Amino acid sequence: MTAEAGAEAEAAGPDAAAPAASAAPAVERRLHLLTPLRRAWVPIGATVGVAAQQADQIQRWASGLSVTLRGLALLALVVVFGVYGFLSWWFTHYAVTDTELRIRSGLLFRRTAHIRLDRIQAIDVTRPLLARVAGVAKLRLDVIGAEDKDELAFLEEREAVALRAELLARAAGFAPAEAVALGEAPQRELLRVRPADLVVSLLLTLSAWAALAAGLIAPVAVWWFSGNPWATIATMLPMLGGLWSGTAGRFLSEFDWRVAESPDGLRLDHGLLDRAHETVPPGRVQTVRIVEPLLWRRRDWVRVELAVAGSKNGVLVPVASRAAAQAVVARVLPGVDLAALGFVRSPRRGSRWVVPVWWRGYALAVSADVFAARRGLLCRRTEIVPHAKVQSVRLTQGPWERVQGLAEVHVDNGAGGTVTARLRPAAEAAALLDAQAARSRTSRADARPDRWMT
Amino acid sequence: METGTTGDTGRGEWVGLPGGLLRLRRLLLVMWTVPLAAGTALLLGLTAGPPWAALGASWMAALAWGWVLLGRNWRSWRYAERADDLLISRGVLWRAQTVVPYGRMQLVEVTSGPLERRFGLASVQLHTAAAATDAKIPGLAPQEAQRLRDRLTELGEARSAGL
Repeated sequence: MTAEAGAEAEAAGPDAAAPAASAAPAVERRLHLLTPLRRAWVPIGATVGVAAQQADQIQRWASGLSVTLRGLALLALVVVFGVYGFLSWWFTHYAVTDTELRIRSGLLFRRTAHIRLDRIQAIDVTRPLLARVAGVAKLRLDVIGAEDKDELAFLEEREAVALRAELLARAAGFAPAEAVALGEAPQRELLRVRPADLVVSLLLTLSAWAALAAGLIAPVAVWWFSGNPWATIATMLPMLGGLWSGTAGRFLSEFDWRVAESPDGLRLDHGLLDRAHETVPPGRVQTVRIVEPLLWRRRDWVRVELAVAGSKNGVLVPVASRAAAQAVVARVLPGVDLAALGFVRSPRRGSRWVVPVWWRGYALAVSADVFAARRGLLCRRTEIVPHAKVQSVRLTQGPWERVQGLAEVHVDNGAGGTVTARLRPAAEAAALLDAQAARSRTSRADARPDRWMT
Repeated sequence: METGTTGDTGRGEWVGLPGGLLRLRRLLLVMWTVPLAAGTALLLGLTAGPPWAALGASWMAALAWGWVLLGRNWRSWRYAERADDLLISRGVLWRAQTVVPYGRMQLVEVTSGPLERRFGLASVQLHTAAAATDAKIPGLAPQEAQRLRDRLTELGEARSAGL
C-alpha cells in the first residue's frame, strides 16, 4: 500500500507527469544540476596529471608571473572547466518512449543511444558516498553490448527510483499511462545477511588468509634478498590491493545485503558507504553458481553467484545457510529444486588417471530444467544453467581422455560463460550432446516472454 | 568434386569439406618446407662441408609428416545439417563436436581471404549470443557457403529464440 501512495505522490510531481503524453514525441529531460561538477572532474584530472609530470617547467614558468597573473590563469582554468561541465550537461538529454530509453549527448561529437526496454537485462541505481551526501543517484541499464556511457548520472534520488519503476513497468509491457502511475512495485524480502555472519564468513575464507600470508612473506623475502626498499614496496602494493578487495572491500560492498522479490524481478540492495540497488527482471539469469569454501562447510554456508548477460553484477547472496540460499535460487530459476538434483560422480576407472585425486570433485546432474556441473574438492563450485539459456553445446576429447574412455561436455550460455562437465564416460557424453541440444531447443518454447507481464 | 566424408554415419547426413582446402594447405606446406630444405642444405654444405648438407632432408621428413597430418585433419572436418541444429565435428587427436540450434544463431558470416579466394574457397562462421561458440566451417566452395548461409539464416528466422 505504501508503494502505491508513494506512486501517487510521484505522479503529482512535475517530473513524473511529463512523459504521460505518449503519442506526442517523447519529452526530453535533463540530468541533475550537480552533474556538471562531476563532468568537470575529467579535464581537471587530466590537467593535474600533466602538471604533475611537468612540475619543473610549470614552476619555472609560474615564478616569472606576478601574483595577479597567476590568479587570472587559475580563474581562466576554472572557467574553462566550468563551461565544459556546463555544456556537456546542457547537451545531454534523455527521454523515455514506449519502447526505448533515448540518451542524446555530445557537443562536438554527437551521440544518440536508443536502448530497447524489452532487452533490459538489469537496472541498477547506485549511490556513491558523495552522491548520497548530495542526494543524487546514478541509474544504469544493463543491455547486451551497452557501454558505460549509457548510464544516467546523476539524477535526483527520488527521480531515479521513479524512473527505474517506470522503465521496469514499460519493459514489463504495461501501457504508458499506466506505467507512470504504477510506481514502484511492492517487494517482499527473501533474505537479509547479518553483518556478523558476513564478518565470520570473510574470516573463514582461506584465500583471504593466503593473501595475507603472501602479503607478509613476499615483501620480507624480497627485502631479505635484494635489500631494496622500492622493490619491497612494489611487491607489497599489489598484495595489499588483493587483500583489500578480498576482505575489507568485500565487507564494504556486501554489507547489509538484502534480497527481495517483486513483480519486476529480483531486488538486491547492498553496500556500507556506496549503496547499490540492483534489479534483475524475471528470466534474465543465465547461470547460477553455488560456491562452498572448505571452512564454511561445517556451518553449511554457501555463497551464490549469478551471471546476467551484459551485467557486471555477479553476486546474488554473499553468505547464507544452504536452505535459505536454495529458497532464493528457487525464485531465480523457477521450478528448480536444488536439493532434488541427483549428482553423478565421474567414474573412478579412467578418471583417476586423467585428474589424479581431484577427480572426486567432478559430478554432473541433469534435470528436466537445468544442467548442473560440480567441480573442486576444497572449494566446491556447482554451476547451474537452465536449458532455455543454452546457446550451443560442445563435446571435446583429448587423446589421453580417449584412451581412458572419457570426454568433456561444454554448455555455452549468453553471459559469456561456459559450464563444463568434465570426465564423463564417452558414450554418456555423446548421448548428452544430442539430448542437451534438443532440450535447449524445446525448453525455450515454454520460457516467459521478454515482456514478462504480457 | 572430391569430398572427405560422405554418406550416413548414423547421425544425419555428414558432409565433408571439398578438396580445395587440402590442396591449399599442402601447397603452403610445400612452399615453406622446400625452400627451407634447400636453404639449410646450401648453408650447411658451404660452411660445414658437403656431408652436412644431408641434414636439409630433415625438412623433407617434416614435409612428409605434415602432408599426412593435413590429410587426416582435413578428413576429420565434417558437418551435418539436421532438422533443428547444425552439427560440426573436427579434430584427429583432440576431437571436438559442436551443436548449434538454428534458433540460437545471431549471425551467419561468410568470409574469404585473398588466398582462399584464389583457390575458390570460403568459410562459414556461426555466431550465437555466447562468445565461446566456435562453430566455423572452413574451406567450402563459395556456392555451398552461400547456400549454407541462406539456409541457416532462413532456418534461424523460422526458429528464432531470444536469450
